[in-house]
Amino acid sequence: MTENLVEVEGLSRSFGEKLALDNLNFEAKPGHVYGLVGTNGAGKTTLIKHLLGLYRSNSGSVRIFGLDPAKKPALVLGRIGYLSEDRELPDWMSIEELMRFSQAYHPNWDNAYANELLDTFNLDVSKKIKDLSKGMRAQAGLIAAVAHRPDLLILDEPSSGLDVVVREDILNTIIRTVSDDGRTVIFSSHLLEEVERMSDYITIIHAGRKQLEGSVEELRESFRHSSIKFSEQLDMAPILSDTLSVEGHGRFWQTIHSGSVEKLSESVRRLNGEVLDSRNATLQEIFLAGVNRDRSKLEAA
Amino acid sequence: MNISISIEDGVPIYRQIANQIRYMVASGLLQSGEEISPVRTLALQLKVTPNTVMRAYRELESAGILRKRQGAGTYVSEVNSPIANWERNRIIEQRINDLLAEGHQLNFSSEELLAVFKRRQSAIAEAKSSKKLKTGT
Repeated sequence: MTENLVEVEGLSRSFGEKLALDNLNFEAKPGHVYGLVGTNGAGKTTLIKHLLGLYRSNSGSVRIFGLDPAKKPALVLGRIGYLSEDRELPDWMSIEELMRFSQAYHPNWDNAYANELLDTFNLDVSKKIKDLSKGMRAQAGLIAAVAHRPDLLILDEPSSGLDVVVREDILNTIIRTVSDDGRTVIFSSHLLEEVERMSDYITIIHAGRKQLEGSVEELRESFRHSSIKFSEQLDMAPILSDTLSVEGHGRFWQTIHSGSVEKLSESVRRLNGEVLDSRNATLQEIFLAGVNRDRSKLEAA
Repeated sequence: MNISISIEDGVPIYRQIANQIRYMVASGLLQSGEEISPVRTLALQLKVTPNTVMRAYRELESAGILRKRQGAGTYVSEVNSPIANWERNRIIEQRINDLLAEGHQLNFSSEELLAVFKRRQSAIAEAKSSKKLKTGT
């Protein structure tokens, strides 16, 4: 058994009345990529800030490399690379100064790697951070996050608001971090296709709770998208077993469901219908079905 | 390597990669003994996590289609003509299964399907020969 690099147990956190994280568990093993998925305000950033020791838990525990990041920030942060969602960087510095500044904090700083990335990204090191475009700012932040070859790389919405060129730079850097060094990456994103390609494991967070989790294959194989035809028009969505969502009109309906096609067919037959077609659901379909189900529950309450 | 993956496809990404390499080996596009793209290169090309590519390669290794040389890359197995043959059959059988299933859905009998098959075959052959005539060589 490999030891977990990250271990979060029963983490809860509220801001005033609002419960931002509700009894959340999360683990990360070395050498894998973890994708965090959720709508805005679902709790992804709050979770990340706990991993970095920037927030203290109300209850539950956070362990990174076996340590509590809120209590041993220097030991933990020295081994983490982090790119924040708003790319907080010291605006008054030039890129060159940012590199030297980051180097001073990290004895493992790999200058050759930093220079190679500066070159690849075509960044002018004399430029001040405050004068950088959004994309260049993300690139500079990324170099500062990875050039000390951290054991754990955490990227909060790394692709958000960036053009395809810079997004590719970021994805390439994630891939290199894993394949060259066998290191671990945790990244949050709302671009589901990107998460599906880039992650080994996915955690879907909704309203501060973990809604689903598993390897990409597990998630996709445990939910199916099936199309159904009934012999007569239905005025409202049919009630079928193990469905996450049912949508459609008249005789034709689609459902995202867990469980086998056989089981669905059985419950469809009882309503005089048949399953026309069934395939593994995409991450996007699973995600939307889950969120919409919760939304209608709230409306019903 | 010319591999393309689709997220919409219900097939897991590692299996899409493995299937396409199988196809390239079966069709002779990848030759026995040839080195294939390193994990990192293919991961960068497809923008997928390296573990997915590794998983595809591992699956092909255990099927005897690829062979890893210690610290020196991954190669198409040398003794794979029987495998290539078996793969050729497997691939075409899969396509025919799909065709039969679709034909059944659309209420085609086996005889009708065979007739369409032959009709299309001669139409394609005809189109090819008339093209040759047009280019005039």
